[in-house]
Amino acid sequence: MTYTELTLVGVLVVIALDLYVFKTKILRRKVFWVSYSIVIFFQLVTNGILTGFGIVEYDGNAIIGSSTPQDSPPPFIGDGRLVFAPIEDLLFGFCLIVLTLIMWIWLGRIGVQREPKSGPPRKSVERFLGTK
Amino acid sequence: MSKFAYVSVLLGCLVGTAWLEFFLRTNVYRRTIRLVLTILPVLIVFAIWDAYAIAQGHWTFDPRYVTGITTVANIPLDEILFFIVIPICAILSFEAVRSARNWDAGDEEAK
Repeated sequence: MTYTELTLVGVLVVIALDLYVFKTKILRRKVFWVSYSIVIFFQLVTNGILTGFGIVEYDGNAIIGSSTPQDSPPPFIGDGRLVFAPIEDLLFGFCLIVLTLIMWIWLGRIGVQREPKSGPPRKSVERFLGTK
Repeated sequence: MSKFAYVSVLLGCLVGTAWLEFFLRTNVYRRTIRLVLTILPVLIVFAIWDAYAIAQGHWTFDPRYVTGITTVANIPLDEILFFIVIPICAILSFEAVRSARNWDAGDEEAK
């Protein structure tokens, strides 16, 4: 299978794991989508470094776009890429993050170190956030 | 740029998220057993994906920018560390939003 096909299968698998197998249902929660939108920004930055400098290079036969050029950076945007990285990487990252959070929440549900739970933020942060 | 380029990016990810543990009291590193048990299956699944992708030539690593240490199935050590660091960052971000907004995530004590 190509990278493109694998990421599409991966996305369907993690959705099924979350909603029907582990029933963690994080994909239905605000906390997931808000934190994921923060993570995706930093993913574009760090993955942009890994792909823009050619630390990781891709084969055009496996992705929608072309192979990483040998002596120049791939396009910043276009040719199936976004911030140098193949758009497949966004789906790969989605699978990695969702699977991680499924396991994390599932372990909490069965009682593995539910405590000490997260928060509250330190006073200085609460003032900054305007929640206190 | 050197053979520590890849691991430097990962180190940046760890440093960039570490403050959440302290300032938002995410208590992710403090829940070490849960963190390790979360990462292990994820690491195994993605190492298999990575091994397949490397074997098929989906992606390659510029030898100038990776440590050069390889683990099982030709997977660079750098990649193994990636599948440990990124889950940590994802959980820290998730628990930080939860801390800041006090939203439920589905693993709370039954009310």
